[in-house]
Amino acid sequence: MLTLLFDGVAYGMLLFVLSLGLAVTMGLMNFINLAHGAFAMAGGYILVLLMQRAGWPFLACLPVAFLVTALIGAVLERTLYRPMYGKPHLDQVLFSIGLSFMAVAAVDFTLGSQQQNVQLPAWLQHRFEFGTGAWMLGMGAYRLFIVAVCVVLALGLQTLLSRTRFGSRLRAAVDDPRVAAGLGIPVNQVFLVTFAVGSGLAGLGGALGADLLGLDPSFPVKYMVYFLIVCAVGGTSSITGPLVAALLLGVADVFGKYYVPKLGAFIVYVLMIAILLWRPQGLFTREGRR
Amino acid sequence: MTRSASTPGAKPSASQALLAPSRWRAWEVVAWLALVASPFVATQHAALINEVAILALFALSLDLILGYAGIVSLGHAAFFGLGAYVAALFAKHVMPDPLVGLLLATVSAGALGALTSPMIVRGTDLTRLMVTMGVALVLMELANKFDSLTGGADGLQGVVMGPLLGRFEFDLGAQVASIYSLTVLLLAFVVLRRVVHSPLGVSMQALRDNRLRLSAIGLSVNGRLAAVYTAGAALAGAAGALLAQTTGFASLDVLDFHRSADVMLALVIGGTGWLWGGLVGAVVFKVMHDLLSAITPQYWTFWLGAFLVLLMLVGRERLFRPRRWFGARRQGGGQ
Repeated sequence: MLTLLFDGVAYGMLLFVLSLGLAVTMGLMNFINLAHGAFAMAGGYILVLLMQRAGWPFLACLPVAFLVTALIGAVLERTLYRPMYGKPHLDQVLFSIGLSFMAVAAVDFTLGSQQQNVQLPAWLQHRFEFGTGAWMLGMGAYRLFIVAVCVVLALGLQTLLSRTRFGSRLRAAVDDPRVAAGLGIPVNQVFLVTFAVGSGLAGLGGALGADLLGLDPSFPVKYMVYFLIVCAVGGTSSITGPLVAALLLGVADVFGKYYVPKLGAFIVYVLMIAILLWRPQGLFTREGRR
Repeated sequence: MTRSASTPGAKPSASQALLAPSRWRAWEVVAWLALVASPFVATQHAALINEVAILALFALSLDLILGYAGIVSLGHAAFFGLGAYVAALFAKHVMPDPLVGLLLATVSAGALGALTSPMIVRGTDLTRLMVTMGVALVLMELANKFDSLTGGADGLQGVVMGPLLGRFEFDLGAQVASIYSLTVLLLAFVVLRRVVHSPLGVSMQALRDNRLRLSAIGLSVNGRLAAVYTAGAALAGAAGALLAQTTGFASLDVLDFHRSADVMLALVIGGTGWLWGGLVGAVVFKVMHDLLSAITPQYWTFWLGAFLVLLMLVGRERLFRPRRWFGARRQGGGQ
């Protein structure tokens, strides 16, 4: 019972980190980026390739996954994404679906369609157990590690957005790009950095979760729905919203798949529809959104 | 009904100007004659023609809700799939007559549309995208769960269709099937053509362009949204039924996300907001699919994706009107 809860929390935290970049581009920059899963997949493959082919340790691969994906994100933002900012949402959706189709086929072509395995280091394969019976709590070190990383990231980002100069510049640029530009804020650069960091976070999440979520070329399509659910349910105006939504989703999914495995993700979808009917803008919203 | 262009110089009256777009053009009649003749001429491609006709009907139904009423949907496969399953199950367990099955599938998909329409009147585009997608996913999970009824991932086997109108058996060459699908498509097209130029259709377009003004002139926004969503759902159900009946098979694939995405792509390629968009898009999409997968069977989605990215970056208008490549001014705000 508690073990399940913990697994759900770990899963939710992972989803949170994965969706955070999407929440930022969607909520702050008003761009629906369905290719977000492709960035996560890129991170996962970077980790796998570095570990398998170059023999790098797990921990060293994580920052690299972040940096390389952020770089890819920055290049794409500069070349492809920027012209799409002002377009209608449907155009953005189709554009980014096209991008993720390309990513899926490209990875399939270069690396094959088989599932990639990650060799976790020994210190992440431990398992701690407390208590007995129905209230036994078993925590895998890997999941514990995920939770720890995600908590640190969440706190760091919250501080970054609400306390630093960059955060206030970003919020200003989002609220009104023209006025912000008039005040001398380099709007394009702020967006570029934000997009890169968002993609990097997706890459980091993909690398972290490569073992838990499984990694194959269909990754972007398979998990895109989950990322979108997190953002739609949580609302995209703050970090708290996606966090709560991701935790809720993670716990509901793990419980659902454990107790009624045949229904699969049914519970999650019904929950999402119910929440969206109740609060169409998501659980947490800022007043007076456009 | 064909009409030559009004004499140049003479100013058409207001009622004429309003009626002009609803008249059948000569090229439309010719195009339809070509479409209906295609199964007789290209008998060896009848199966492909059948697929195109079904996708075109499906795209037409999406065009009605997306192009005319402005409801974005990533879950239109829900109705397609429901129609397919209803038609297949009805043929298997109750009665093998295709026309009754088609009617039943259309009505039940329409009922589901009416049932889910309260979900799409609220919220933003993102909410609608998510909710429509969620409905399709829920249906898919349900179909997977009740696999004793639907056959689950293996598909529903053993559907034997009766002869069409009691006389024409569905043959392996799919000639009867393609004529059947094309006829349904033609009927739907003619009806929709009436509808979108009727006061209801015009008010739908007004709704897409400015909801606030529509409610200000005293029309019910939600009622119209629900009506058009139901109609779109029913048509999509008919398309699904056609697929199940002409292939004698239904599987989870009919509810899959890629169905919703494919039909959206087809429609966007053809252009939203005019009825021919769905037809043109379906033809282009299927032919492109056929050609590309003949070249690279496994990786054709790459080129599809590339095409889509290009289409969205450049803009449909500019991509297909090459003379606007030079010195054309940038259009703000897209469509």
